[in-house]
Amino acid sequence: MLTMNEPADRLPGRAALARKVLPYALLSPAVLVTLAIVFFPMIQAAWMSLHDYILWKPKDFTFVGLKNFTAALQDEVFWISLRHTIIWIAVTIPAQLLLGLATALLLNQQFPWRPLARALIIIPWALPSVVIALMWVWIYDANYGILNEFMLRLGLIKASVPWLADPDTALYAIILTLTWQGFPFFAVMILAGLQSIPKSYYEAASLDGAGALRQFWHITLPGISGVLVTAVLLRTIWVANSIDVIYVMTGGGPGYATYTLPLYAFIKARTNLDFGYGSSLAVLFTLMLLGLVIVYLRRAGRSVN
Amino acid sequence: MVGRKSFLKRILIVDLPMLLVLAFTLGPYLWMLLTSLTAENRLFTEGPSLVGATLENYIRLFSTVGFLTNLIHSFIIAGGTVVVGLSLSVTAAYSFSRFSFRGKRYLLLQFLIINMFPVVLLILPLFVMMRVLGILDTHLALIIANATVAIPFSVWMMTSYMNGIPKSLDEAAMTDGCTRLGALWRVVLPLCTPGIIATGIYIFITAWNEYLYALTLGGRNVRPITVAIQTLIGEYEVEWGLLTSGGIVGAMPATILFLIVQKRLISGLTQGAVKG
Repeated sequence: MLTMNEPADRLPGRAALARKVLPYALLSPAVLVTLAIVFFPMIQAAWMSLHDYILWKPKDFTFVGLKNFTAALQDEVFWISLRHTIIWIAVTIPAQLLLGLATALLLNQQFPWRPLARALIIIPWALPSVVIALMWVWIYDANYGILNEFMLRLGLIKASVPWLADPDTALYAIILTLTWQGFPFFAVMILAGLQSIPKSYYEAASLDGAGALRQFWHITLPGISGVLVTAVLLRTIWVANSIDVIYVMTGGGPGYATYTLPLYAFIKARTNLDFGYGSSLAVLFTLMLLGLVIVYLRRAGRSVN
Repeated sequence: MVGRKSFLKRILIVDLPMLLVLAFTLGPYLWMLLTSLTAENRLFTEGPSLVGATLENYIRLFSTVGFLTNLIHSFIIAGGTVVVGLSLSVTAAYSFSRFSFRGKRYLLLQFLIINMFPVVLLILPLFVMMRVLGILDTHLALIIANATVAIPFSVWMMTSYMNGIPKSLDEAAMTDGCTRLGALWRVVLPLCTPGIIATGIYIFITAWNEYLYALTLGGRNVRPITVAIQTLIGEYEVEWGLLTSGGIVGAMPATILFLIVQKRLISGLTQGAVKG
């Protein structure tokens, strides 16, 4: 099937062959490079996960089968990190979604400074995560942080709270930071969905006497459900993977209070230089994510055709 | 009277909540800006304030910490990633948008799947690979690492931009004697220039903001701003004025670029999602 005027099989042999090869030839640079810098390294990671491999003992690369994986399942820190990963996703995503939805509904109204608001709302999205992390560490600072001062003045707390140094609050403090970073993405996606709903639906509904709430329930929500599902899937994968903000803000501490699975894998390799065990944690985590990725690909695959 | 009442209602249910959301969005950033403009010795006595604002922290940032070198490193890496990402994906995007061939769907989804893998999974083997090749701590290493994100993204975006250009245009060019590649070069590419620019800028921003690869695969000789800012935390435990001014400077290029292209970029980014 070629998108040409004349069918390919009527052409002389060489030209037909060239037509068949051309699309692949055009693709080859991008495909070959991604094979070399993405897929080959991934296979290598899987291979490393089956070995004892500590970076400062490079000669010691012994095949140990699934030893690293069984060790992980008996590793207390693995389970702590997994629990944090689940809390991390289960709190961050709904928070981002609700805030994003509210923002999108507001941006969909008519008001004079709408273009300005729409441009400003996405600023957190453009900032480097290091800067975001740093900015919030300063806000959370136990002695001079503005959050403590703000809450003390309002009488919400009685004494300064060391937000990031207290194991009970550290994870949630980072979750608030990540919510701040990620909700503009939801807002923008949902806004695009809202604008694709025909105005006539709302006009017809108000003629029938449906109030704002019923309109939201019966027109708006069904109209944006596709976008919502896609955005939630994309964002869940992204939030689960994201470790730079945590790494800069607490480095996983205090203790293991802000370890998530990918962060544990990263710290194992970076601090302990244990690349074998680190890779096996990364592989395990990837396998857990795979379910979500497949669901997303199914949806994306439909829109490709 | 009705007009006035609905005006008040609008202020209450739209403008006011919007202002609250914006205060939440911009507050932390403005607080950082204010901190960076306050002299270090007054920060802990009086707190950040606009009274007696000074650029002292910014001057120190460039004169004593050597932030300029870090900015140059970041520019080289982000610029290099844009060149690699765009040049490798132009022909691929053209192929996806103009031909149908066996395995097209899988190849296209392959590019989509790459960005869903955790960075950790890639960072460890890339480190080992680059150590063997002896390119650790070079610009090349970080350009390659950033290209793992840039190429798939760029292929995906450019395909969607090219799909928006009617096929009849290339066919007309070919009847006039252009070859396939001639049609791509002379007709399709000029028409998607805005899309290419937006994609390039987005790649620039992500490469500029990238931190984990830069920390792991670079960091000593090649130290882009993201790593430089983070090392400020360790070396100068409480110098928040210096740190925040580093944050403002480091975020500036990406923020400005983002505001310039936000409209086009967002329509490109959300298109796929709305269809899905």
